[in-house]
Amino acid sequence: MNRKLLSLALLGSTILGGAAAAEVTLTIESWRNDDLTLWQDKIIPAFEAANPDIKVKFTPSAPAEYNAVLNSKLDAGSAGDLITCRPFDASLALYDAGHLADLSDLVGMDNFSPVAKSAWQTDDAAASFCMPMASVIHGFIYNKDAFAELGLDIPETEEQFFAALETIKADGNYIPLAMGTNDQWEAATMGYNNIGPNYWKGEEGRLALIAGDQKLTDPQWVAPYETLAKWNEYLGDGYEAQTYPDSQNIFTLGRAAIYPAGSWEITGFNAQADFAMGAFKPPVMNAGDTCYISDHTDIALGMNAASPNAEAAKTFLNWMGTSEFASIYANALPGFFSLSNHDVAMEDPLAQEFVSWRGECESTIRSTYQVLSRGTPNLENETWGASVAAIKGSKSAADLGMELQTGLASWYAPQK
Amino acid sequence: MKRPRIKWHIVVFLAPAVLVYTAIMIFPLFNTLRLALYTEVDQVRHFVGLENFRTLFGNPHWSGQFWNALGNNMWFFFIHMIVQNPIGIALAAILSHPRLRFAALYRTAIFVPTILSFVIVGFAWKLILSPIWGITPDMLKAVGLKWLFAPYLGKEEYALTTLSLISVWQFVGIPMMLIYAALLAIPEEVLEAGEVDGITGFSAFWKIKLPLILPSIGIISILTFVANFNAFDLIYTTQGALAGPAFSTDILGTFMYRTFFGFQLQLGDPHMGSAIASGMFGIILIGVCIYLFGIQTRLRRYQF
Repeated sequence: MNRKLLSLALLGSTILGGAAAAEVTLTIESWRNDDLTLWQDKIIPAFEAANPDIKVKFTPSAPAEYNAVLNSKLDAGSAGDLITCRPFDASLALYDAGHLADLSDLVGMDNFSPVAKSAWQTDDAAASFCMPMASVIHGFIYNKDAFAELGLDIPETEEQFFAALETIKADGNYIPLAMGTNDQWEAATMGYNNIGPNYWKGEEGRLALIAGDQKLTDPQWVAPYETLAKWNEYLGDGYEAQTYPDSQNIFTLGRAAIYPAGSWEITGFNAQADFAMGAFKPPVMNAGDTCYISDHTDIALGMNAASPNAEAAKTFLNWMGTSEFASIYANALPGFFSLSNHDVAMEDPLAQEFVSWRGECESTIRSTYQVLSRGTPNLENETWGASVAAIKGSKSAADLGMELQTGLASWYAPQK
Repeated sequence: MKRPRIKWHIVVFLAPAVLVYTAIMIFPLFNTLRLALYTEVDQVRHFVGLENFRTLFGNPHWSGQFWNALGNNMWFFFIHMIVQNPIGIALAAILSHPRLRFAALYRTAIFVPTILSFVIVGFAWKLILSPIWGITPDMLKAVGLKWLFAPYLGKEEYALTTLSLISVWQFVGIPMMLIYAALLAIPEEVLEAGEVDGITGFSAFWKIKLPLILPSIGIISILTFVANFNAFDLIYTTQGALAGPAFSTDILGTFMYRTFFGFQLQLGDPHMGSAIASGMFGIILIGVCIYLFGIQTRLRRYQF
């Protein structure tokens, strides 16, 4: 009814004078509250300057409520035109339910690599339904002052990594590794999936696992747990009850030397820490080995299939594929890296260090995110527990591999 | 013979309560029980009978989690019964002592945590017990007991007991208040009569007061039972939905929440979640029935 009135009014105005040319307003649904000012001050003005007849509104909701709010809005038909996509199954479910439009044909899509697009595609990669925005890269952030004080170099190999930890521990002034196991996910995300790709050779191992050619009991999947078990003695006292914010604070207060990190920490750490920080990538086995990094696809933008402003929404999505958008986004949010093939210049030195690894190493995503966490037991959640158990030493790496494999095989046909 | 007229005013006066209670309690309850009999395949809901329950109790992955949660819940309840209720009774007995000074102050101070939000209690205790910023390690060190300290909330063997004791700390005011009221209701004459027969002090408590407050203790036990088997908030705020470490603090409430609403990459499954909720309902129902028919009917009541 309202829309009819609006179009009548619009029609009337065109007939009368054509002054109010079809101006449409696009609404964006998002969980990124934190980015509100970025969108309002930078991204939207830049887009509107190039497309004066399209207005854009960014309307985020709270992260924890986003999925539920979005689902009810979509069912009620009141959702915005553009929808921020979570990676993998949450968005795939929306596409399967007909809420997200197929965007495979958009020219903007050509600016993204297959790995970047994989998080928002059907399993056979036939249809892409969200335009990739940003990824986060895993590695280690270290306290440069502490390293200089102890005369340490950046560790390249695992042997050097543990030698450095041993030196820091022997010195006694710094906690070698700032990580706890209370919240569980850090052990899996910043532990297992951070160092793991070097063992299972990134995409090669990840895809073989999905295809059923490799098993979680294979040495390349078990070995990272053995390495995690060795982290135990370099964590702080009482790490069992140390939470994620505890670890962040310990590091930014200068009490720890190395922080197993994701690049999303950069903004916060820049604001909190008053010492120089550097980053190094997950150490490889032997010097000269190919390195693999977890360059995890995290956020994308899709189009509401029921949007009345499909053309304008497509214009916006295509614009998101340009280098202009990539550069605004990456510089405003150091640590959220553009997924496009454009060469984006970033000013933040720490972010530059992280992104430079893309040139030296092979990129992959977290092993458990695509397909493998679809059933029950959920492989991602099981991996949290397994990584914690490995660090605490409560179970052996081989047993953990066996447990995870049994769980996965119980519902995932290619692994049976 | 005239048939008795329908007394319409009774219906009218009952209606609001019945309607509200039906809409927000009875309907959701039965709808949850009904939801447990369905499952969803490709966006379509199918009736599957008791299949969800067969998965819950037959599939080792599900049943392992269920029995673990139930076992933890039992322990949670056990700690409350042996710590919270005796302490509550003892506090009430002390408070009702006529010569105790500042009784009102103690009563208020002990009752205050009960009205605090779980979130505040959870975070406050998490900070107090934190090995990094907490005051517990320093306080224990000051009295030479540093060796007693462990990251309690992070160790499988201590976490559940620690959380139970935090919950006891929060709720000990409730049994205290109920017993206190029951103790005040005991007529002076009964105690005086006992005194004439030479029953004073401790033996007056054991032989006269305790038998008289037994019905209240029964009510408190059943309230504790229902509250403990519905517990969720404290565990969720301190340990998260995965109820770490290694599910050692997982109780039925957190297990149900995780299943129903999903967690991280695990999508929510309202049907399995409802099956667990039905299980919880059944357990609480059985517990309450055992109490009502097995215990309450045998309690002796005294009329003054």
